[in-house]
Amino acid sequence: MLQNFIDAYSPDNLRYLFGGLGITILVSVVSIIGSFIIGSILGVIRYVKIKYFSAIVGVIIDVIRNLPLILILFFTYFGLPNLGVKPEIIPAAILAMTIFESTMLAEIVRSGIQAVDPGQMEGARANGLTYWQGLWHIVLPQAMVKMIPAIVSQFISLVKDTSLATIILLPEMLYRSQIIYGQNTNYIIPMFVAIALMYFVVCYCLSVLARYLEKRQA
Amino acid sequence: MIHIFQNYWGTLLYGLGQTLLCSILALVFSLILGTFFALLEESPSKVARGIARVYIEIFRNIPLLVITMFFYVVFPLYVIKMNGFTAGTIGLTLYTSAFIAETVRAGIQSVDSGQMEGARANGLSFWQAMRHIILPQAFRYVIPPLGNQFVNLVKNSSTLAFVGGFDLMYQGNVIASSSLETIAAYSAVGVLYLVITLPISYYMRYLEKRLA
Repeated sequence: MLQNFIDAYSPDNLRYLFGGLGITILVSVVSIIGSFIIGSILGVIRYVKIKYFSAIVGVIIDVIRNLPLILILFFTYFGLPNLGVKPEIIPAAILAMTIFESTMLAEIVRSGIQAVDPGQMEGARANGLTYWQGLWHIVLPQAMVKMIPAIVSQFISLVKDTSLATIILLPEMLYRSQIIYGQNTNYIIPMFVAIALMYFVVCYCLSVLARYLEKRQA
Repeated sequence: MIHIFQNYWGTLLYGLGQTLLCSILALVFSLILGTFFALLEESPSKVARGIARVYIEIFRNIPLLVITMFFYVVFPLYVIKMNGFTAGTIGLTLYTSAFIAETVRAGIQSVDSGQMEGARANGLSFWQAMRHIILPQAFRYVIPPLGNQFVNLVKNSSTLAFVGGFDLMYQGNVIASSSLETIAAYSAVGVLYLVITLPISYYMRYLEKRLA
């Protein structure tokens, strides 16, 4: 058994696996940045209630939020070519993750803004700020502080969800571990231990960060 | 999209049934497991709290797909043969139970601590007080988040497609590759998912508003 572990963790295999970790991190980081920006914009649109527009955006958000991420991955990777766009695997994965996670973040942002005391906006308006100035300078900064723990835990889900992109053959950790243990079944357990550990370390660090931010804020 | 429903309604319904069955089974079992670990975490024993903490952290921080694949790939080799549906449901149960444990624990903590003190002062043991006084009150707060967990369960059950669990997502792939109408097939599957998840999430939002 021990020999299996030693053989499985050969330098070549480890380099290959850590390359997968790199792709997981690349896809996660780009999607985190993208979904944070888009999600914040969508959340604000949903909060400010622009006639018709906010309602339509709201319906789109609810529809995407309530679909499985795997389905959205299929849409971007297998569906888009039917419409004449053929994305590469990594951009397709990033696109799907960003679309899905930004709707999740939109909900967090909206409820975060709603949790800010309405007196803040009234005070801002009474001091001569326009509605958008009040939102940007007074309400949003306070809302962001409240939302940070929820946002970080959403990003933990995002990192874990990158594993679903193995279904469109994104060469990340899980996919690469399958290739390694596909060559030798003795490597199955060492590979599962390795990727479970890698995911655990990344996600646990993020959740410690979330807990620290939660405590500091309370 | 409509002709997909017309031509493949049997396949789609079967998939929908498997998805619902797996989600409901996983909800029931993860509720039991999750409540158990939430109680362990709130118990006076340090060892019990440690065990619960380790369990929750492990299953919260490892992707569902890795857990499911573990049961699908490793278990048949060393322990017991199981099909994709079983492996998927076990994976889903363990993964969700960690989140439910956190939810239930938050519910227990939101019950006024005077309730426990009062119960203990009246001669109930810690577990009796939990069972008869605290948990019934905690579950009132827990219902909206549990509903949202169920929505997540239905969405996450699509990982069964990876292990041949014959769920909705799996059937969607089958239809997409046999009809070659990718977008129509996946749209039909999407509509069926929404039929389950949208009403529940709207109802839970309504409940949350009413409770607040």
